Amino acid sequence: MNKEAAVYRRKKFLKYLLIHAAIVSFVVICVYPLLRILSVSIRPGDKLFSADLALLPSGANFAAYVRLLKETLFLRWLWNSLLITVTTSFIGVSLASTAAYAFSRFKFGGKKGGLILLLSTQMIPAGMLILPLFLMIMKLGLMNTYLGIIIAYSVSSLPFSIWILKGYYDTIPRSLEEAAMVDGTSQLGAFYRVILPLSTPALSIAFLFNFTTAWNEYLVARVVLFSSKQYTWTLGLFELQGQYITQWGMFAAGSMLVTIPVLAVFLYSSKWLISGLTLGSVKG
Amino acid sequence: MAEVKFSKVTKKFNENLILSGVDAEIRDHEFVVIVGPSGCGKTTLLRMLAGLEEITDGEIHIDNVLVNNMHPSKRQIAMVFQDYALYPHMTVEENMSFALRLRKAPKAEIKARVTEAANILQLTTLLKRMPKQLSGGQRQRVAIGRAIVRKPKVFLFDEPLSNLDAKLREEMRVEIAKLYQRLNATIIYVTHDQVEAMTLAGRIMVMNHGIIQQVGTPIEVYRKPVNLFVAGFIGSPTMNFIRGKLKVEGDKLYLKNDDISLYIPSFLLSKTAEHDGREVVVGVRPDDVLVGGAAREKCSEKLDGMLEVSELLGHRENLYIKVGDTRVLATVEAFFDQSPGSKVEVCFNYENMHVFDKATTQRING
Repeated sequence: MNKEAAVYRRKKFLKYLLIHAAIVSFVVICVYPLLRILSVSIRPGDKLFSADLALLPSGANFAAYVRLLKETLFLRWLWNSLLITVTTSFIGVSLASTAAYAFSRFKFGGKKGGLILLLSTQMIPAGMLILPLFLMIMKLGLMNTYLGIIIAYSVSSLPFSIWILKGYYDTIPRSLEEAAMVDGTSQLGAFYRVILPLSTPALSIAFLFNFTTAWNEYLVARVVLFSSKQYTWTLGLFELQGQYITQWGMFAAGSMLVTIPVLAVFLYSSKWLISGLTLGSVKG
Repeated sequence: MAEVKFSKVTKKFNENLILSGVDAEIRDHEFVVIVGPSGCGKTTLLRMLAGLEEITDGEIHIDNVLVNNMHPSKRQIAMVFQDYALYPHMTVEENMSFALRLRKAPKAEIKARVTEAANILQLTTLLKRMPKQLSGGQRQRVAIGRAIVRKPKVFLFDEPLSNLDAKLREEMRVEIAKLYQRLNATIIYVTHDQVEAMTLAGRIMVMNHGIIQQVGTPIEVYRKPVNLFVAGFIGSPTMNFIRGKLKVEGDKLYLKNDDISLYIPSFLLSKTAEHDGREVVVGVRPDDVLVGGAAREKCSEKLDGMLEVSELLGHRENLYIKVGDTRVLATVEAFFDQSPGSKVEVCFNYENMHVFDKATTQRING
């Protein structure tokens, strides 16, 4: 009996050891590149490569950060990105929340087809959409404007947001809206007063998706925006890359700084994010 | 309070006929229970009255006002849902005051009405709690409180006790009965539980296949079911049905089948000769089946049977008796003195016997 218990304990220990070894190696794979970028950003001189393997290089300083903020339009790019991203996220979530409600609750011709069509747009590579987007935005006279890029971003995230929200609305009992309607609201009133407040986890997921997609986007921005003052940070940072010389220190410093807003949004909404990821798994 | 009138109300889902020309009137201050098996259309009828389901054809009036195309919020009704439908993001107090806040009622009035309802339903200490912090019974009381606060013309209850356990259901049944006595409101209550129907209703409306089978007081429906469905649905344990053909022998009428020859007294079916050869179903409630000593004492004509199984229920006992191939259930006083397998004599209380035509399933005795 004791021998069996010892074998069981040894097996359990080995299992934990293997699991933890796997977890630690994944963490290293994820975190190491970030640490290298941090290291490059504080390394003296614009050097990407170094014979030194230390993460904290000798003579480390924040000169690259100061130069980035003083000598370039980085703050302007950051502001542009923030403005475009936040506006896009709000517009995207607002449109998706009402569209998803219609898909979840109403019966209408082409409902199933519409949903499949929305999903199929997500299968098209972004590169293929560049030309039609360019033509549309040009014909609307919105080239090099915030509005142009906001429209492009908002619509491209819409299908995914609609699917996420529709799935969540489907789990909310209809009797809640019916009770609200008997209590005196219209259907729209029931949506705003009952369904939307209950959908915060799914709304947070949709918002985060819109936010991160728009924040990191480069390709569409490259096509729509062409004046340096209108650039988002993704375009701005590439300004630092020249034909013969790239200012790697400033490039890395910029890369570090742009993670702050995303990190803040993620941390702020983490509790919603976690409950949102498990939503719908258990009924009731 | 108000009257409710259904006139030729029909409901179709695609091509499926759910309700077929329902005609019914619910009087002011009346407690009507709509009862029937699952899928009989009772909830659909209630939802149509609430405005949550479109009416295919016919008219619904509340207080003499046609409400067919009126939004639920304008019908002055309150509904208690089967799953309570409490707003999970609001406290008990906010749930109860929701309708009044929408109406922009004065704050003092809202507070007074919520306090009054909370007192009636013993919710005073729970007002600041969220629905998820309440037990099933408490949630049900909040749902009822939310309805009371509104002072509607008609209260609608859609199987409100079906999610509760047996003990709590019994308690809440008494609570609802007390509430009705206190509010004296017009209440339409839907259930599939015939015990709830019998105990709560002023009048029962029995439905099946989208058609109202019988409307009457609980005792009328119990004592004089109009057809085989009502006879089988109302009453627990279920009524015994004995199938056979009526036959005249001398000046007496008998129900005959392969196992049974049962005398049918003339006060049940007069004009004996007219019924000769008619295929019928005789219904006898288990309480009206006399067994052993009781049968010997009270009946002149008895049947021979064999006791198959007995179930002790406490103060009563169910006896499953086989008379030939026909099984008869008798409910007698507890501690019947014979054991399973023994022969017993059986007879029926003629006064409470029911005779139905086999073809039409309609009652033929008075």
